[in-house]
Amino acid sequence: MLRSALQPTVSATRAAFRKPTSATLLRRLLSNDARARIQRAIEAKPVVLFMKGTPSIPQCGFSRAAIQVLDLHGVPPEKMKTYNVLEDSELRSGIKEFSDWPTIPQLYVGGEFVGGCDIMLSMHQSGELEKLLQDNKVIVQVEGEAAEKAVS
Amino acid sequence: MPVLASDIENVIRTNLPVTHLEVVDESSGCGENYRVLIVSEAFEGKSTLARHRLINELLKAEISQIHAFTQKTLTPKQWAAEKP
Repeated sequence: MLRSALQPTVSATRAAFRKPTSATLLRRLLSNDARARIQRAIEAKPVVLFMKGTPSIPQCGFSRAAIQVLDLHGVPPEKMKTYNVLEDSELRSGIKEFSDWPTIPQLYVGGEFVGGCDIMLSMHQSGELEKLLQDNKVIVQVEGEAAEKAVS
Repeated sequence: MPVLASDIENVIRTNLPVTHLEVVDESSGCGENYRVLIVSEAFEGKSTLARHRLINELLKAEISQIHAFTQKTLTPKQWAAEKP
């Protein structure tokens, strides 16, 4: 009797839990948490690269090209952080949604999304990347400043 | 279901005024790796990032199914200047 009296309540509670409320809430919490994590990640250093593999062992040609471009500009290690998305599947899918960008690598400078490999290469060729890195005080403008100092 | 070069071409042509378009399959046939050159007046006044975002959005379904996608987006003026 007790059991039969309890049953409807239990199943009603279960049904309530199974309804979209708990599921969507869970998903949103997870997504918010991932979002906050990525936000912290992109602000961790002036230059942040989400890539496949590591700078010494890139796991994809596009990620290798991205590292080579940053290397070419002499981005100092202490101003840069890379995240290996292959080691973190949540980050791998999360960063695509976060940046609204479908591919890896992804470059952030000063907490702002710059672009993927194609954009990095074209900005490198046009000189925009160097300027962006200088503006964010990642690298210093060598020639002009050095010459001025030498004169004074 | 492999993505065909013609799928990509169709999506771009139906959504953008195109001066020149090259879709190159670099995956030796498995449809996983495409390089695209798009010349369109629609890119006029847009940053490279904005142009790429526009194309990514148009080709959302296709890009999610392939491994690699490389794009170059030029205005007709830039295209003319690049040509030898």
